[in-house]
Amino acid sequence: MSEMSVDGSKRRFLVAMSTAVGGVATAGAVVPFVMSMMPSARALAAGAPVEVDLSKVEPGMLLTVEWRGKPVWIVNRTPEMLEMLGKHDDRLTDPNSENTAQQPEYCKNPTRSIKSNYMVAVGICTHLGCSPTFRKEVAPADLGADWPGGWFCPCHGSRFDLAARVFAGSPAPTNLVVPPHKYLSDIKLLVGEDQQAA
Amino acid sequence: MEKVISWLDARFPLTASFKAHLSEYYAPKNFNFWYYFGSLAMLVLAIQIVTGIFLAMHYKPDGELAFASVEYIMRDVPFGWLIRYAHSTGASAFFIVVYLHMFRGLLYGSFRQPRELIWIFGMLIYLMLMAEAFMGYLLPWGQMSFWGAQVIINLFAAVPYIGNDLSTLIRGDFVVGDATLNRFFALHIVALPLVLIGLIAAHVVALHEVGSNNPDGVEIKKNKDPVTHHPVDGIPFHPYYTVKDILGVVVFLIVFSAILFFAPDMGGYFLEANNFIPADPLKTPAHIAPVWYFTPYYAILRAIPPMFGSQFPGVAAMGVAVLIFFALPWLDKSPVKSIRYRGPKFKIALGLFVIAFIGLGWLGIQPVTPLYTLLSQIFTAVYFAFFVLMPWYTRNDTHKTEPERVTDK
Repeated sequence: MSEMSVDGSKRRFLVAMSTAVGGVATAGAVVPFVMSMMPSARALAAGAPVEVDLSKVEPGMLLTVEWRGKPVWIVNRTPEMLEMLGKHDDRLTDPNSENTAQQPEYCKNPTRSIKSNYMVAVGICTHLGCSPTFRKEVAPADLGADWPGGWFCPCHGSRFDLAARVFAGSPAPTNLVVPPHKYLSDIKLLVGEDQQAA
Repeated sequence: MEKVISWLDARFPLTASFKAHLSEYYAPKNFNFWYYFGSLAMLVLAIQIVTGIFLAMHYKPDGELAFASVEYIMRDVPFGWLIRYAHSTGASAFFIVVYLHMFRGLLYGSFRQPRELIWIFGMLIYLMLMAEAFMGYLLPWGQMSFWGAQVIINLFAAVPYIGNDLSTLIRGDFVVGDATLNRFFALHIVALPLVLIGLIAAHVVALHEVGSNNPDGVEIKKNKDPVTHHPVDGIPFHPYYTVKDILGVVVFLIVFSAILFFAPDMGGYFLEANNFIPADPLKTPAHIAPVWYFTPYYAILRAIPPMFGSQFPGVAAMGVAVLIFFALPWLDKSPVKSIRYRGPKFKIALGLFVIAFIGLGWLGIQPVTPLYTLLSQIFTAVYFAFFVLMPWYTRNDTHKTEPERVTDK
């Protein structure tokens, strides 16, 4: 025993190996704790579609419904409102809805809707998640003479038109999201489910 | 009594610790007004822990019950209003003393070599304190709680690639909800206080290892008494500075009590009016602003426009604005530490920085207008210039010679 010298390289190897194995085990033990912070099965199940009765939404009126815990707006746009939509494309960041993540394929059109009068949008600002205020009046004093009606976000001043398209220069980088939706009948709308290919 | 002490000392370093950290810890004899705020921060921590424990006895971290349980504390629990207002006033008081404590470090170069690590521990404490305050603010589950958390958590969603998953992980749901409230409660009352106390211990141990700086920025350890080996310009922390700090505590508690009893919401700055309305996920209040201690960073966030279809640049600027303080010990190239011996360039830079910081704090509370956005952008530029240009203006500044020993000014 006394004749034996210390084998340094063996010690270093053993220290490195036990550190590595211990490190892997620790990383593995972290996984369940991090995963426990992800949405629970109950939270995942809460995303059921919502049915909306459109007969209550008179022209020019906004209805807010809750879908997946978020506000969803339905606006019945008047012909005057629809006419205003085409007049300010040059002031918009994405007038033609080129960003495909912000609306379903069937809403990639000038009014961003299935039926042109009904605008359906998730009422969460794409900047930092506030819910913008509905300002349908044209050219009010506080929003300026060129305000065509739309939404104004009180938190950071983002502006959207009545097709929920963002005005250039707003803090919000993209248009508001149009959720998947379909019409069950003339006056019944289902938010949360795509319409089948027509 | 002596027997008890010697029995303890044989088993635990009681007398030795008392000497090392109090009765034989030699602090510079020239501490001034600015040196109250470290001990006051400890006092506020104690207030927050004690009031927090008693609030947790009545509070319910549940999306359905939270708002009503806070009102219950305010109306039905005996002295509940006092404990709750002490906790909410304590949160603002904590930031006031910590900001003044940090400013003292800037004035006298307390972050400089050999105290870099003390500064880093201090900045980590500041970061934890921000997280603690943010999570605590969600708990009353009012409108400001809800929408403030919504905005701050969405900051993380702006991180490229992983942002959405990261914000979902923080919320525990796709929206701020019961899951978010429950976990913020756990982090606010258990996890973060433990981390804070650990960091404060490290901050103080590191300080007592290298010794305190002072308003002259000269090292008292360079000049020791040949017989006692104590610094000639040092005096024992106890009783000299414990007595001084008790005066600070008395004055602080007078001010603290005045706010607590007569203006606990401080005109909407300590407790915002909108937070007396229960959280409503479908309606954002017309005017939302964070609590005053976050407003400088909030103004920086709003000052940076989106670039490349993403708001990440603003979020990044806000993050860098906080983290850049960590680099301070390596940015300052001046041969002297204290502002007393520095030249005009540093004094002007520090003055502009203070104006920018307070200006941003004010702008962060104001609504968005083109003029205010422009002002925010100017102040943001000044804020960053203070740090980025520091190696240049501290190296090329004139300076007076530091004295050999501390002065009596």
